[in-house]
Amino acid sequence: MSGYDQGKGSDVLDAEDRARFEQLVLPHLDAAFNLARWLLRRRADSEDVAQEAMLRAYRFFRGFHGGDARAWLLQIVRNACYTWLEKNRPVELMTEFDEELHPQPSTSPEALAIAGDNRERLTRALETLPPRFREVLVLRELEGCSYKEIASITAIPIGTCPPASPSSAHAVLSAGGLP
Amino acid sequence: MSCDFTTTLLHGYLDDELDAARAAEFERHLECCHECTAALGAEESLRSSLQRSGLYENAPVELRKKIRAGLDAATASSAGMRIPAWRLIAVAATVLLLAGVSWFSWSRAGKDSASTAPFTVAEIIDAHVRSLQPGHLTDVTSTDQHTVKPWFNGRLAFVPPVKDFADEGFTLVGGRLDVLGGQNVAALVYSRRKHIINVFVLPTKEPDTAIHPPGLRQGYQWRHWRRQGMEYCAISDVSDSDLYELAQLMYQ
Repeated sequence: MSGYDQGKGSDVLDAEDRARFEQLVLPHLDAAFNLARWLLRRRADSEDVAQEAMLRAYRFFRGFHGGDARAWLLQIVRNACYTWLEKNRPVELMTEFDEELHPQPSTSPEALAIAGDNRERLTRALETLPPRFREVLVLRELEGCSYKEIASITAIPIGTCPPASPSSAHAVLSAGGLP
Repeated sequence: MSCDFTTTLLHGYLDDELDAARAAEFERHLECCHECTAALGAEESLRSSLQRSGLYENAPVELRKKIRAGLDAATASSAGMRIPAWRLIAVAATVLLLAGVSWFSWSRAGKDSASTAPFTVAEIIDAHVRSLQPGHLTDVTSTDQHTVKPWFNGRLAFVPPVKDFADEGFTLVGGRLDVLGGQNVAALVYSRRKHIINVFVLPTKEPDTAIHPPGLRQGYQWRHWRRQGMEYCAISDVSDSDLYELAQLMYQ
């Protein structure tokens, strides 16, 4: 996956790099922020991490050899989010570990059942999902990525997304019978 | 989920990634498989409620500003300090003034010598940028002026003066043929620290000039002069003082 090579990041970037970065990567700032917001759930943290990830992407920009700039950026954002969670809120990742021990998702189906089209309830329902379910749904349904793109961003092969396939994530949200 | 189609074809079908034959096959299968029909319905309703939900959150304007400031700090030419707005305006005004002056002297230079300039600024910048693409920089790669100079023999109708200035901090990298204004020209390539300087050389019948004031556009600086029947234009992203130093060395 040479297109996603993150390079050494030690190069000094010049005006030409800057112009290319503005043209190719910066337009995906909304996508970067949206993913961080749903992975970290708090706006202030998301802003910090999205900013850090964007500057990191810039430092590694010479390692970007063309291809899908959005997927390349989102991969960096995702890594930054997980690193941040490990450091600041490891418990959230532990929750997910428990989920892995229990293949049947057990996230409050009642809350999800009544979520429906209600924005607040849907937000809460989405936020109670383990991060690895959540990111697939956010990338898929909010960002409009195909499963192939999601596989390249999350480095998880299609159909083997742990703890189950992406459809299980859908099953969680639709467990209570969303309209 | 026991139906194989649910795990293998459902997402491809949802993503419109199946070819027509497989899509048709899946649709036929849907007619008789309750499991897949239910799964498809659930996915579609989930998708539509999430997409209608307005849950997508755009980046705040403040974040955009912070990131731009961060990019400024990480880009070579900007020193990484926050520059007050009035200073930016002053710098912009100076740049405009310099560009104006150099444009003026550029076109004057052409008029004084009763001929139009043999090439435009845009052509020089294009040629410089093109040379920076991988594999385009040099046709002959050598730091030895006695290798580079003879290389042009027979390839051009003139012999450009070639000199290495490594001792002065401008290392000769090599040479290449280029075309400016429909004319074959010699391009001498020097490196200054990690930056590349192209010096375009072509014959002229116009009288000598001094080294003209610098021109600046798109982050590139250039210096132009005529000397002993040759027309020179040096262009790079190095600072103008560096460029002027090289121009002076070549002018001697």
